[in-house]
Amino acid sequence: MDDSTPKSVCMNADDIERALTRMAHEILEVNKGPDGLVLVGILTRGDHLAKKLQGRIESIEGVELPLGELDISFYRDDFLTHFAPEVHSTHIPFSIDGKTVVLVDDVLYTGRTIRAALDALMDIGRPRAVELAVLVDRGHRELPIRADFVGKNVPSAEDESVRLFLEEVDGIPSAVEIFDVAPGERVGSAPIKLRKEA
Amino acid sequence: MTFPHKHLIDITEYSRDDIMLMLQTAERFKEVNERRIKQVPTLKGATIVNMFNEPSTRTRSSFEIAEKRLSANSLNFGGNSTSTVKGESLSDTVETLCSYKIDLIVVRDAHAGAPRKIAELSGVPVIDAGDGKHQHPTQALLDLYSVWERKGSFEGLNVGIVGDIAHSRVAGSLVPALKIMGSNVALIAPPTLLPARPDVLGADEVTSDFDGILPDLDVVYMLRIQRERLEGAPFPSLREYNQLFGLTKERDVLMKPDACVCHPGPINRGVELDSFMADHPQRSIILDQVYAGILVRMAALYLLLGGSGDGFDA
Repeated sequence: MDDSTPKSVCMNADDIERALTRMAHEILEVNKGPDGLVLVGILTRGDHLAKKLQGRIESIEGVELPLGELDISFYRDDFLTHFAPEVHSTHIPFSIDGKTVVLVDDVLYTGRTIRAALDALMDIGRPRAVELAVLVDRGHRELPIRADFVGKNVPSAEDESVRLFLEEVDGIPSAVEIFDVAPGERVGSAPIKLRKEA
Repeated sequence: MTFPHKHLIDITEYSRDDIMLMLQTAERFKEVNERRIKQVPTLKGATIVNMFNEPSTRTRSSFEIAEKRLSANSLNFGGNSTSTVKGESLSDTVETLCSYKIDLIVVRDAHAGAPRKIAELSGVPVIDAGDGKHQHPTQALLDLYSVWERKGSFEGLNVGIVGDIAHSRVAGSLVPALKIMGSNVALIAPPTLLPARPDVLGADEVTSDFDGILPDLDVVYMLRIQRERLEGAPFPSLREYNQLFGLTKERDVLMKPDACVCHPGPINRGVELDSFMADHPQRSIILDQVYAGILVRMAALYLLLGGSGDGFDA
């Protein structure tokens, strides 16, 4: 598979920033302010998006929301068949009991990551509610899961891969891009192979 | 990308990167062990047999806790009720176990090489939990983890392993593991407790002069005097052994200020280790080793039972 060239670019860096600003306002609007809210980003892109949302919310409300990182690899439903040794760890240095947890991920696809993330959260504490914020919803859900806050809906085919690149992680300008995937190849958004230099 | 090993039997088959991945994976499990609910569903549905053909309390309970915290189903097998007592051969026992459709076997056996044989017979991943005087790779990994946590790296670290090297499977895995990671290893023992060919283990130095080498050591690893494995009186008395090769309170002044003390347990207090050292709040990392045992065993189960493939559909 040649994944060095995207088929199309569905969000550029400015689009991503604007979408996050809108999502921050929506999160505050729906929850009637920042009280009782905590942000938890799913590794390895959602954590960065959660941090950006935290910054937005702080500039709007002047309140720094607690920010955590969730690693779901111990909760995956495909562990015994698909597996990638990774070196991440959950880090949620505050209690989520009674809080409204805004779970943040990059691309919502089958819903299996979110299913795993919900299980992981329930083992950590008992939140009052869990809301889901994703930068991209690309459809093709396999579980009854939906996002509360969406940066952009991107219709996609099942043989396409929708990937988020972030400047601070990948060293290239932030963008959401669509790639073709060879038959049999997995199409998840993570782990992201670094794009070759153009 | 997948983990390049099916078994954990011989630590010398692992590269520096493999061992580092094992330690980093162990570190990830710390967070799980510090939660209120100390369990993740990762190995749900996997069946693991703990085949302990030789007595063990610590290693066995550590494996059991690791398996439970990963949600695996475990079957404890062995002890006085084993079918070997009734005359069944090892291969028949393993074939019987395999008919249960198991996913992994943890083996402790008095015979060196038994885990390899079981791996060949069973076809499932095997973890050596100590075989005879040969190896004890998860012990080496937990030792490495504790040293890594305390010292931050292995490169150039001076590690002295003191005591009954000849009968020690702990040394059998730890010496090569430390060499793989780039540390300097000295074996310190009376000649009667050294193997016939100490060089085979790969240590940089072999000496009987404990006090001479102690000031250079960053890590002092005290081995247990295994009274059950001693034959032919290798030293006149336990008291004399304590005077010459025990880590006594008096030897504290010879040690580097930041030198730490390890022991695989169970400790013979007053023989190889004085209580002063065993309980020393700064030097002793013995209880950290016990905790690390759970972490590295979770990591080993996780890495060996992980499937093939690279990623998953979000």
